[in-house]
Amino acid sequence: MPRDPRIWLGGGFILFLALAAIFAPLLAPFDPLEQDLMAATAAPGAEPGHWLGTDSLGRDLLSRLIHGTRIALTVAFVAATLACLLGTTLGLLAGYYRGWVDAGVSRLIDIWMAFPPVLLSILLVAVLGAGLTSVIAAIVVIDWTRFARVVRAETLQQARLEYAEAASALGMGRGAILWREVLPNVLPVVLVLLSLEMGIAVIVEAILSFVGLSVSTDTPTWGGMIAEGRQIIYQAWWVLVFPLGALFLTVLAFNQLGDGLRQWLDPILKR
Amino acid sequence: MTLIEARNISLDVPDMSHQALIGQRRKLRILKNVSLSLKKGETVGLVGESGSGKTSLGRCLLRLHEPSEGTLAFDGQDITHASPAQLKPLRRRMQMIFQDPQSSLNPRHTIGSILATALKLNELDAGETSIAAILGRVGLPASASRRYPHQLSGGQRQRVGSALAVALKPEFVVADEIVSGLDVSTQAQVLDLLKGLRDEMGLALAFISHDLSVVRSLCERVVIMKNGEIVEEGLTADVFANPKTGFTRTLIASIPLPEVRPGWLDQ
Repeated sequence: MPRDPRIWLGGGFILFLALAAIFAPLLAPFDPLEQDLMAATAAPGAEPGHWLGTDSLGRDLLSRLIHGTRIALTVAFVAATLACLLGTTLGLLAGYYRGWVDAGVSRLIDIWMAFPPVLLSILLVAVLGAGLTSVIAAIVVIDWTRFARVVRAETLQQARLEYAEAASALGMGRGAILWREVLPNVLPVVLVLLSLEMGIAVIVEAILSFVGLSVSTDTPTWGGMIAEGRQIIYQAWWVLVFPLGALFLTVLAFNQLGDGLRQWLDPILKR
Repeated sequence: MTLIEARNISLDVPDMSHQALIGQRRKLRILKNVSLSLKKGETVGLVGESGSGKTSLGRCLLRLHEPSEGTLAFDGQDITHASPAQLKPLRRRMQMIFQDPQSSLNPRHTIGSILATALKLNELDAGETSIAAILGRVGLPASASRRYPHQLSGGQRQRVGSALAVALKPEFVVADEIVSGLDVSTQAQVLDLLKGLRDEMGLALAFISHDLSVVRSLCERVVIMKNGEIVEEGLTADVFANPKTGFTRTLIASIPLPEVRPGWLDQ
């Protein structure tokens, strides 16, 4: 059992968000799309029931925040997992088989890293067309290099250790050594990266929503809310601050979970 | 009867200190024209300073490295350039005990699972009782099978390394500096263990070491290496009594004990 409070706090907050996303229709006090122009830009608590206030169209901020969790977490889990699978597979193959596989993958990573990531994602979504699938595709296409780079380096180092050679002396085949011996030793690093990548995916989705390239505007997203709030920051600060705070706490939770996992899983490797 | 025979073996490795921009890396020859053969039940000491190529030779003998030149035969069968698939049936018969069991035992698997994998790979019984028997033979309790390598002491880990190698009942074992990281009493235990296994199973043993006093007590024949070449070889008693080269004399003079009686470990 990990004793690190970062794992419990980070993981707990993410679990809390996941529950909020799953039970959003039950938890949200209002319909997130219901407009009430009489109660537009109400301050937090000013109108009955609107605890976090309303936006310029009178939509309830708390309900929109809760519904926005769905897009944020979907992107975080799906995009990060897919990027992880792609990058880890390529990194493992490159680090283990070396030679032309490694040369190919490494050059590909070098070329990839030369593109500015935010611009590339905006470009990709613009080409693919806005929508949840495009956002996920953009994140996977851009961020697989994070996994590939680190996993390749770790695999190179692990495969050089004697246990890999010992397995080969016992008559184990190359593929089996990679799968049974090397992979379990690379997995902790992958787990840590995965949780960090989920935080990054949340940010990228918010950026794309902010510039209007994510899901359609009638689905509430944090990035979309931040974009709306920016325009009326002097009249209604809460429209900007609450989604920003949610984004901040979510990314912080993923990062803390990642750091906690790193410390918790590492000593086993070192000892 | 000759079990393993290496003839005029050379080994080239890529020179990591020179990176060519285009084309092949420069090669570095770390074994030069080495010949060595072992009979069944024979123990040969491979001695030399670090970097002399004794570990590389040991790995070549087991075909963990592929020799660049020369021929290598195991039990009459040429395995110089045999493929992994051709080597697989021979793997059970030749084993290595690694220098550093800390890195040769996978930190993510329990001792029991490491042993079971080795047994299953070679189609031997991997049941709980046979694993307990193997552990018992190297003086470890059956409960050790549930532990991870980092939960054992250095001496216990080295026993697991030996257990792993001898579990498959091999005919030829390369022991690479297996006592160099251990304190003297643990050294003696591991050596006793190895002697027992050798006498019991009649295995041929290539014992790599830079500790001449250990070699003297364990090996019938000794091979002295320097810079990837064999500089002297012969019966241990002859080489120690009558060293032919200056290098061997220097090595022997460096033994810390003034008088080494053969069999000092048995007392």
